[in-house]
Amino acid sequence: MFDDLLLTVLLTSIPLILAATGELVAEKSGVLNLGVEGMMLMGAVSAFGFASLTGNPYVGILGGGLAGMMVAMVFAVFVLGLATNQVATGLALTIFGTGLSGLIGAPLVGQAIDGLSALYLPILSDLPLVGVLFRLDALAYLAMIIVAVVSYVLNKTKAGLILRAVGVNHDSAHALGYRVLQVRFLAVCFGGFMAGLGGAYLPLVLTPHWAEGMTSGRGWIALALVVFASWRPGRVIIGAILFGGVTILQLVAQARGWGVPSQFLSMMPYFATIIVLVLISSRGRIQFGAPAHLGKNFMATR
Amino acid sequence: MIILQPRKHVSLRLTIAVPVLSVLVTLALGGVIFALLGYNPVQALYEFFIAPLARPDQIGNLFVKACPLIIIGTGLIFCYRANVWNIGAEGQLILGAMGAGWVALSFPEAESRFLILAMAVMAMVGGALWGLIPAILKIRFKTNEILVSLMLTYIAALLVDWVVRGPWRDPMAFGFPLTRTYPDAGLISRMPLPGIGYLGQLHWGVLVAFVVALAGWFYLSRMLGGFQIKLMGDAPRAGKFAGFHQGWVTIMVMMISGALAGLAGMIEVSANIGMLQPHISFGYGFTAIIVAFLARLNPMAAIAAGLVVALAELGGDAAQISMNIPKVVTGIFKGILLFMLLAGETLTRYQIIWIGRSQASTTTAKTKG
Repeated sequence: MFDDLLLTVLLTSIPLILAATGELVAEKSGVLNLGVEGMMLMGAVSAFGFASLTGNPYVGILGGGLAGMMVAMVFAVFVLGLATNQVATGLALTIFGTGLSGLIGAPLVGQAIDGLSALYLPILSDLPLVGVLFRLDALAYLAMIIVAVVSYVLNKTKAGLILRAVGVNHDSAHALGYRVLQVRFLAVCFGGFMAGLGGAYLPLVLTPHWAEGMTSGRGWIALALVVFASWRPGRVIIGAILFGGVTILQLVAQARGWGVPSQFLSMMPYFATIIVLVLISSRGRIQFGAPAHLGKNFMATR
Repeated sequence: MIILQPRKHVSLRLTIAVPVLSVLVTLALGGVIFALLGYNPVQALYEFFIAPLARPDQIGNLFVKACPLIIIGTGLIFCYRANVWNIGAEGQLILGAMGAGWVALSFPEAESRFLILAMAVMAMVGGALWGLIPAILKIRFKTNEILVSLMLTYIAALLVDWVVRGPWRDPMAFGFPLTRTYPDAGLISRMPLPGIGYLGQLHWGVLVAFVVALAGWFYLSRMLGGFQIKLMGDAPRAGKFAGFHQGWVTIMVMMISGALAGLAGMIEVSANIGMLQPHISFGYGFTAIIVAFLARLNPMAAIAAGLVVALAELGGDAAQISMNIPKVVTGIFKGILLFMLLAGETLTRYQIIWIGRSQASTTTAKTKG
């Protein structure tokens, strides 16, 4: 019983981990992409479509990631090439992605696919308590690996140092000879790919069908998670599991009939987000790792 | 290498050309997407943007659709001018509708015309308070108003869902999640036009929308408060030296836009639905963001912008019925339109200059030296 519960919480948190880690990298380079919800929906519908066409959910993973990356590129062209307002462009991406995924997905409604199956790692999966960590699917393992790699690259390699430098002060980075726009383009693309993977997880693992707007705000919660994590990849996992826990708690409460109207239970993840934002944000901006040039556009000076 | 060079002078022609061009390019790109997905692009564009206007009563309905967009859009323009990013108008709309609903349902026997006024006031209070939350959290705790106002939208949607299924449900509604119908004094009636009579569902609320947009324009362009808002948005440091308070401006614009979104919610319910139900708005709060940008953050232009975007909304309904295109497709048009408008904004302010790579390095070197 406890194992099952833990597993459900973990599975619920995986899309958040994927999307938030991608957004974290983009934000570290100084780009605020509010289009996560739209990119996740594109990832979800493409993953479902590819899995349905080929019968192979692993193709779906790739399709979802690429779809997220492609719409992220549109965002990048506007924000980096034309220096458009990042907040508004991100909103445009979410509106666009929601619409396009609905149109692409219209013929897919009502179909079912074979999702990703769990891969039990030998011996490890039999361990008490921590065993559930090794009873996940390929995409969930991949998520954990990616978080570790991102954490390493950001903090321990030169590439990560350049990326962070670009996010902290693009003028200085430019003066040192780094290609600000190129670095940011790559970071935004990575963010899109990860949001696509996060979206892909929904139809491939959580609910094996496609529905319009099936992310129901997860993209926005992922954005809040980045703040919660103080821009540190490891903390994204903790935050995502907390949010996953809140979401599942609501289902448990409903099943057990705790006498609270279901709507109030459904509000909990959103309330939790606000409370967390308040607790984290009041600690001061620079101190907790926000890139100083987050959301500011770079234009090469003449 | 591309260089964006600020223009010294932005002509009026360019200012008007950009939104018009944005709309045209959006139509073209929308057609391409339809074609790629196997729909006939010409027929789809016709169903979307021309068929809805074929009958005179539909023109009236276009104004009805534009009504909440104009009102909310005007409020959002205040926020965006001040560089405050309220994207939770949808939630503020819902709270406004609930405030008005509370008044209407508390006085089911009321016959006085004051009822509708009281409803409007409570709607604006409800919306303003819901908008005040992100403002206060932003000032006090430096939270991001985008995320908070958005989370509050999800909460508002669940809140109205709860009241219509729980405490406010009409016991005679056969278990449907609906409140009782508002008394007649709490409804907004249709507006006859001189010489034409009734035009579709055209109601008095549309007139309110026009008044709101004009009043918003007057306040922003002619009064000190409006100047304060614009100054804090464009040059916060200069504003501080002038003795203005960033926090105060944030509270003011969030409450104005919240109140207007609430008013829009009340009008929407009183004119078109007549009772509360789980779904009051069809994303008007989000769509109005595009209206604000299409109007280039000018409340007067929000009227025209509201009508253009409302046409896409009506077209979405029409295309769903006639071509079986899902209604969310409107989102594609709305998204592309916003992209184009933002690009247009850059093209108005800057000249785009292509220069060769060798030339680029020398110019950069010059600035450094």
